[in-house]
Amino acid sequence: MANSKSAYSLAGKKQKPDTHIIVVWVDNEAGVLARVVGLFSGRGYNIESLAVAEVDQKQNISRITIVTTGTPQVVDQIKLQLKKLVPVHKVADFKREDKNVIFKEMALFKFVANNGKLNKAFEACKNFNPVILDKTNKSNVIQITALRREIDRMSKNLKKFGLVSVSRTGAVAMTRGSEIFK
Amino acid sequence: MSKLYSGAEIVFKCLEDQNVSHIFGYPGGAVLPIYDELKNFNSIKHILVRHEQGAGHAAEGYARSTGKPGVLLVTSGPGATNAVTALTDAYMDSIPLVCITGQVPTHLIGTDAFQECDTTGITRPCTKHNWLVKDVDDLAEIMHKAFEVATTGRPGPVLVDIPKDIQFQKSKYKNYKNNKKLNGKSHNNYSQKNIDELINLISKAKKPIFYTGGGVINSGTKASELLRELVYATGFPITSTLQGLGCFPADDNQFLGMLGMHGTYEANNAMYSCDLMINVGARFDDRITGKIDEFSPKSKKVHIDIDPSSINKNVKVDLAIVGDIKSVLTTTLKTFKKSKKNFSKSNKSQISNWWEQIQKWRSKRSLDYIGSEETIKPQYAIERLYELTKDKDAYITTEVGQHQMWAAQHYKFNKPNRWMTSGGLGTMGYGLPAAVGVQIAHPKKLVIDIAGEASVLMTMQEMSTAVQYNLPIKIFILNNEYMGMVRQWQELLHDKNYSESYTAALPDFVKMAEAYGCVGIRAKTPEELDDKIIEMLNTDRPVIFDCLVDKQENCFPMIPSGKPHNQMLLGPKDQKEKKITGKGRTLV
Repeated sequence: MANSKSAYSLAGKKQKPDTHIIVVWVDNEAGVLARVVGLFSGRGYNIESLAVAEVDQKQNISRITIVTTGTPQVVDQIKLQLKKLVPVHKVADFKREDKNVIFKEMALFKFVANNGKLNKAFEACKNFNPVILDKTNKSNVIQITALRREIDRMSKNLKKFGLVSVSRTGAVAMTRGSEIFK
Repeated sequence: MSKLYSGAEIVFKCLEDQNVSHIFGYPGGAVLPIYDELKNFNSIKHILVRHEQGAGHAAEGYARSTGKPGVLLVTSGPGATNAVTALTDAYMDSIPLVCITGQVPTHLIGTDAFQECDTTGITRPCTKHNWLVKDVDDLAEIMHKAFEVATTGRPGPVLVDIPKDIQFQKSKYKNYKNNKKLNGKSHNNYSQKNIDELINLISKAKKPIFYTGGGVINSGTKASELLRELVYATGFPITSTLQGLGCFPADDNQFLGMLGMHGTYEANNAMYSCDLMINVGARFDDRITGKIDEFSPKSKKVHIDIDPSSINKNVKVDLAIVGDIKSVLTTTLKTFKKSKKNFSKSNKSQISNWWEQIQKWRSKRSLDYIGSEETIKPQYAIERLYELTKDKDAYITTEVGQHQMWAAQHYKFNKPNRWMTSGGLGTMGYGLPAAVGVQIAHPKKLVIDIAGEASVLMTMQEMSTAVQYNLPIKIFILNNEYMGMVRQWQELLHDKNYSESYTAALPDFVKMAEAYGCVGIRAKTPEELDDKIIEMLNTDRPVIFDCLVDKQENCFPMIPSGKPHNQMLLGPKDQKEKKITGKGRTLV
């Protein structure tokens, strides 16, 4: 009894958390991102990454992609709570392991090094659709698109080739095949 | 060309179209244009409160006792922040409120102007939705949408923030169109199959129980009638949450009393041991469930709720029926009557053992207390208040604490919308302004705020409002000079270290009543209590009743924190007869 000197009950058993990608279609109006993000912080859900942009200029619809971890119960709550927000139209939820969904993040790498190292750096990126966006005789900027953990790994491994700055987006997601989420 | 109206006029035209008859508010710089228009709209009466929190709670009391949305009008900055407690309270207890706030002129937003605050930012987590009106052409639509959001689905508070320049600007007034479509958010989302499943579970159950909550009240008086019909037709026992009191008659034999932390022994044990739990409009709050892992371990659980996010939030259920209680119960009854005629008779033997068991629990008489002839026991005070007012169709509000639980335990409610209490947020100071709102809505009815002396001091200034509008509210203070519930927890869990829970230098409530221009009455002994209560009831003015009660009395029964329903702590009478041993002992 000594351990419950409180008006609240003790935390019960926890389920195992999973990583989910939640996609939310919202009216692009003032404060809408704050509503979505505030719901996460207010209820103690976590956000690993976030990507948001308007996808339908005519109807002013924005698409928010949130990567989060949570137990099945928490992920269900996230979806149901999101659906209650007035500017939210629909909510999709994908597991990270889902083979039917494409996840991509984009990263920009800036390298400052001699030509030999810069070439090696580009070579190392070749599996991730590298594009050279800027080049001088002692630096370049390379864009890659890849999965989160691949970018994590790359940004560690590329240090030796003169990587000085990393800028990256949150994940965006889309289902494979002809189907779309309704 | 159609006529142009100022933003302030549009606000009132919308309120008129929404059939709003009363608004609670407090003027200030950023709402002056709206206040200026008040004189031109006779159908809307403004109630001037003494603090914006009071406006919010009064609007809540109004809403709870009528089923209509409560409206409050406050200024920018401190006006808005003072209303935040009431908005959060309404959000937790699902009360429809429309809060209109003034804001600094558009060109000053973001400049830290005088009485500016980020109202929509501050209230975003405590409203269903809020709007900052940036264009006067949007004002009418937003106002009507605000009422729609507040009152549909699971009700709740909304806020419309109107900058001062918008209140002056002119626009056409668009007529109100009742547009039921809410961004694709439908509320009834169940099928006949769900209902059939429910009826199948009902017919198989040997130890069933109905567990009902505030959702039944929110669904309207018809929902309470349907609930009664279903409970009688099944012959099942029923228990209610704090918010659901009144949806089923408390003096009926099938009613087991309130459940939860301070619920009855029979209700909590029945919840623990049942094989079928039918949750109607309740939300498995932590004050109800106790330890989640051991909550009603052997039961099939059915959850009927309008809010899909309430399903499986705290407790996993076996059958979820998402919909308005009234609609779900109508369908259930229709199907039930068709397929199970004379169910309660034919089913009697199947649940007779269950009722026997419940009678055994009942015989514990868990609400009993040790009476006294010298001091007024708080439970006795409530019992007497109930006996002397039960034929008067009284409306009861409360503050928060021991007195609230005693009121819930000992005052028997037979009708919905008669019981206004802050359950989710637990706001001390709720009851007095709520009583103001209730009395505004029901001028001829008896309205009593059962209060504690600590809580009532938090919003005492609203007595002035009651006097101004001749509202004969009765403030019935159970005065034990302690923050009683805090003291109780300290006694039971913190080795009687009564840290800061005693209020020294309390005011003389009788003199205080006189200072406000109302009537003060004090009762000191059980002997004089009845006479004093009758004196209070016969006074057609606001009354502050200072009932001096036992200072040491604790609220029992209770479920200690982190314990399941079947490990209740009973009152001192029981403890004397049967010493509590083992782990429980350290608690007592």
